[in-house]
Amino acid sequence: MASLPEGKRGKPGLGAQPARLRMFRTTAFKLSMVYLAVFTIFAGFLILYIASNTAHLVSIQIREAVDLELKALEAQYRLGGIRRLTRVIERRSRRPGASLYLVTNSAGERIVGNVEALPASVLADGDTTMRPIPYARLGGELDDPEPHLALARVFQLSGGYTVMVGRDMGERERFISIIQRSLLLTAGMMVVLGMASWLFVSRRVMKRIDSVADTSRQIMAGDLSGRLEVTGTGDEFDRLALSLNGMLVRIERLMSGLKEVSDNIAHDLKTPLTRMRNRAETALAQSGEDAEYRDALQETIEDADQLIRTFNALLMIARVEAGSSTAEFAEVDAVELIRDVCELYEPLADDAGVGFSLNAKGTILIKANRELLSQALANLLDNAIKYCSQSEGEGEIQVSANADAGTVTISVADNGPGIPEADRERVTERFVRLEASRSKPGAGLGLSLVTAVAKLHGGRFELDDNDPGLKASLILPAKGGSVGSGPV
Amino acid sequence: MVKVAPAVSAPDTAGCITQPAVLSCTGRPPAAQSVYTEPFVDHMQPARSRNPSRPAIVINMRILVIEDDREAANYLVKALGEAGHVADQANDGDTGYNLALNGSYDVLVVDRMLPNRDGLSVIAGLRDEGDTTPTLILSALGQVDDRVKGLRAGGDDYLPKPYAFSELLARIEVLARRNAPQEGNTVYTVADLELNRLARTVKRGDQTIVLQPREFRLLEYLMKNAGTVVTRTMLLENVWDYHFDPQTNVIDVHISRLRSKIDKDFDKTLLHTVRGAGYVIRDDG
Repeated sequence: MASLPEGKRGKPGLGAQPARLRMFRTTAFKLSMVYLAVFTIFAGFLILYIASNTAHLVSIQIREAVDLELKALEAQYRLGGIRRLTRVIERRSRRPGASLYLVTNSAGERIVGNVEALPASVLADGDTTMRPIPYARLGGELDDPEPHLALARVFQLSGGYTVMVGRDMGERERFISIIQRSLLLTAGMMVVLGMASWLFVSRRVMKRIDSVADTSRQIMAGDLSGRLEVTGTGDEFDRLALSLNGMLVRIERLMSGLKEVSDNIAHDLKTPLTRMRNRAETALAQSGEDAEYRDALQETIEDADQLIRTFNALLMIARVEAGSSTAEFAEVDAVELIRDVCELYEPLADDAGVGFSLNAKGTILIKANRELLSQALANLLDNAIKYCSQSEGEGEIQVSANADAGTVTISVADNGPGIPEADRERVTERFVRLEASRSKPGAGLGLSLVTAVAKLHGGRFELDDNDPGLKASLILPAKGGSVGSGPV
Repeated sequence: MVKVAPAVSAPDTAGCITQPAVLSCTGRPPAAQSVYTEPFVDHMQPARSRNPSRPAIVINMRILVIEDDREAANYLVKALGEAGHVADQANDGDTGYNLALNGSYDVLVVDRMLPNRDGLSVIAGLRDEGDTTPTLILSALGQVDDRVKGLRAGGDDYLPKPYAFSELLARIEVLARRNAPQEGNTVYTVADLELNRLARTVKRGDQTIVLQPREFRLLEYLMKNAGTVVTRTMLLENVWDYHFDPQTNVIDVHISRLRSKIDKDFDKTLLHTVRGAGYVIRDDG
């Protein structure tokens, strides 16, 4: 049984064991063996129990039948003596069936009955109890090799007559042999089926495991785009693969985020560093006034401060994207938070000649990191004021907060130059600055942080046309829901 | 804490503890000023040297710098000395802890990552011993949650690296004034400007000045630390409770609004801008 198609299982496993050895080292194999043993033992017990009970029952039935027969014959004997008895027995013994009769005279010769031969001692020993007796049936096949056994009783009658009444036990023997055969058959079937199911299960499981192992090796080798196979059956392997794939997506995103950051750092931070270095070199080379040195140093410090600011912003974004700030989440009132940030920026807008209106009422409770959400909003206001003030005409900024089913939307709308639709996706990436904004200060990190903060809060950041201008919206999930009054 | 009249010629060096290796005592300000650039100098110079606009009262503090980067520690000790304070340094956690416990310092400046005992554990240890010396934590980990962790360990203020020295100095001076008599007063007074914290009213001379709630808090913070320079970051932290860096200088706008209310119609200017550092409210006499 169970011959494995060796050599076909080409993939060497971890530790490169031979394929056959691996099959025996599986959990499926161990489980199959255990179940097989347990089921065999139980089935054996069950069959043996049924067999012994049935055999016992059959014996009792035989005894009862013999006793009944004896009672009837005894009645006949009483009525009509040996003559009547022999007549009745003769009639009965001609009937087909399992009943056995024999009447002998004092010489031991058969007068009537359907028994051909008996051990002589059986009739002579005077034992009247029910006992098994070997016999040969009258008219039975002579070459029958099996010795027949009967349960029978023997009585001596007056006049030297001996009467034997019994029943063949072959029924019981046949029954026991049927049970024995079925026991063997069942055990055999179970072994075969068990092996087959083990083979099926373990090969299927090993196939899945091998594919998981292959994919993870591929991922370990550096290809983060690899994903585990999902068969779509929704079984435990699919569930495992789905959650592992989710993890891989997150890791890949973080890794690509890191890569993007380092690329951008290389590109955008080298420029001011080079400028600083050149200035220091120039200052060192020229023998100038004290004041000139001071100016050079002052400019160097300003550049350094700007670099530090950029670095901090980058680290902040990376930190927020990695999701490590969730620990500082608390229930905050979005309206109050917005009001506070607006109050900080309102004078700035005023000075820039930009109108400022706030439309947020009541209490909108959300689960948030106040600091990060405030900073995100500050970045949006800062941008809005910056671009509104540079556009012609009356600048106008509208800040609003709305809570509807499940979401809280915080939006900052301005009537500035806006962002062309094609660029809206791009501006939230790190260091991306549109040509129009090159003249303005800033490193192009503001909206990246806003996006990261929105994601950290389980929400999203959207840029829309305000016609004219830009409408920037933070859409956050309303964790405690919108609450009109204080806690009950 | 010693109040030193402007006439004092050199900072007091008597309080310096002489210990091997880990300490360097800098009582006397070095002659060379080249390390610092112009904008900071205003603020760092003690009153006695070439800065007549410095307030008449200079607080000469004893400061312990616990920082494992020797260059950074030397720089700090030297710069603090030039600002008129006396600074000692320790280069690892254990030494810092022992010095802080035994010396009587006005302010501790503690780096978070230190050899053999980290900064937070030093502070927690000191607090356990009942030592409440105001402590400023320096850390390369500048994020919000690290700050919260630092303050929870018993730190009084938190400054992420890299920092501007002017920022550090302003924070140290405000920390040292934490127990100044003005702190518990109901009424803060600078010259003829008067702020009543309970009635929430502000008067200049006999003229009542109406302020918005935030303006009131801004003035309250400035007046609580009258005579001490406070930076924009400190204002943002203490008045608005924000710890991020707004790209635009929003604070300046608020200050100029406040200034137009309390200074504009009066002869004497009380709210001064300190170039490269921040703002100070003081009576120049």
